[in-house]
Amino acid sequence: MNRVDFSVLLQGDYPAMIAGGLVRMLELTLLAWVLAMVLGTLLALARMTTSRLLRALVAAWVEYHQNVPMLVQIFLWYFGIATLLPADMQFWINRHSGEFILATIAIALAMSAYVSEDLRGGIRSIPASQLEAARALGMGYLQTFRLVVLPQAFRIALPTLVNHTVLLFKGTALAMTIGVAELTYATREIESRSFQTVEIYLFTTIVYMALSLLIMAGGSMLGRRLALPGR
Amino acid sequence: MTDILTILRDFGPLLLVGQYPNGPLGGLAITFVLSVLGIALAFPLGVGLALARISPFKWLYWPATALIYLMRGVPLIMLIFWVYFFLPVLLGRPVSGFSTMLVTVAIYQASYVAEIVRAGIESLPRGQMEAARAVGLSYMQAMRKVILPQALYNMVPSMLSQFVSTIKETSLGYVISVNELTFAANQINSSLMTKPFQVFAILAGIYFVLCFSLTQCARHLEKRVARRRAGETARTAAPVAPAALPVTAE
Repeated sequence: MNRVDFSVLLQGDYPAMIAGGLVRMLELTLLAWVLAMVLGTLLALARMTTSRLLRALVAAWVEYHQNVPMLVQIFLWYFGIATLLPADMQFWINRHSGEFILATIAIALAMSAYVSEDLRGGIRSIPASQLEAARALGMGYLQTFRLVVLPQAFRIALPTLVNHTVLLFKGTALAMTIGVAELTYATREIESRSFQTVEIYLFTTIVYMALSLLIMAGGSMLGRRLALPGR
Repeated sequence: MTDILTILRDFGPLLLVGQYPNGPLGGLAITFVLSVLGIALAFPLGVGLALARISPFKWLYWPATALIYLMRGVPLIMLIFWVYFFLPVLLGRPVSGFSTMLVTVAIYQASYVAEIVRAGIESLPRGQMEAARAVGLSYMQAMRKVILPQALYNMVPSMLSQFVSTIKETSLGYVISVNELTFAANQINSSLMTKPFQVFAILAGIYFVLCFSLTQCARHLEKRVARRRAGETARTAAPVAPAALPVTAE
């Protein structure tokens, strides 16, 4: 086997493809993550209400998204649900890189289930007396959640939230299967054009590895900074 | 709805067993075989990695740790590409998509299993190891006869969850054209052309039924294990507990 020579990645339009892939990957990760966090928090709140119907719906949502492969969820959105939309909406989505939008939705919804379960675990470990104390102080239901429950629940759930953020980040690679030109897609393109498999695979692997480690390190740093005294 | 029933009637066998018996086995059957073999291979590998992770030897600890972080930090799809490219070079002969997927899933899952096993071992009281060593067992004997049996029993529910993850991961076999369930659904979709939603809804439904029932099993087992562990601590905490017989080597 020849020596590994990364300079081949600088030839022709490979740098542009790699840069485009990196940007797409980061966009996908950030957008899906924000969506998943917001939706996951809302789902966790809905699960804590007294409405049985709402709780059952959230439970069904969580079970569906956790028990079906993410790849299948992406396919269902891209090939299936998108075709059920009204024609002018389909047209609009296709005009605005539909595969990217649909992959973001699929990944975000899948991860929202995990986020809501993480937060639920966090919420459950807060003693009920805290809720009672907050209510006794005159706080409303939402105020109690915003000021007392969620700040603690997020801290307790942080380690699993970080794990699931890494999972989401890795999951964005699946978007290549429906043609989103993110990093893994660009990697395959460059490999099939240049046959410099080792170089481009190694490069992509290192990028994923470095970013995953960055997320993990960032998570544990955040955990130390946010740690409450005496817990 | 009628569409879904028609598709199931026309393509049900393709989804379940592929072209078998007139051709190779495929569909859900291959997904299942791949997952069972994958987790069966991942288990011993994972125990080995876990033992390396808790061993005092640096030359065992570092490679195992690096491998685990690599598997946890890189998308499965990239690992599939690596194995797809490298395994034939390594073996010097062509490798089927099935074997490629099996090797990838086994290595990938092994790193997750390893962390479960490690947590299981570390959650046991230190006294277990100390007592076993004091009785005269060697480190490996103590591991094999005292620590691992207890740790592995407590881990059964987590292992079942890992099995569910494995089933979901085998769907990526589609990318290298392994003849499994997701691949079969895509075949059906491209031969029908007009019913993509129904085809992929069926696909999601099959995965859901399979994975959800296994997840429920895992939850049930988890409760049983938790009850049994709670009972054990209650027994050992009782002042008049009978002294357990020392575990001896045969």
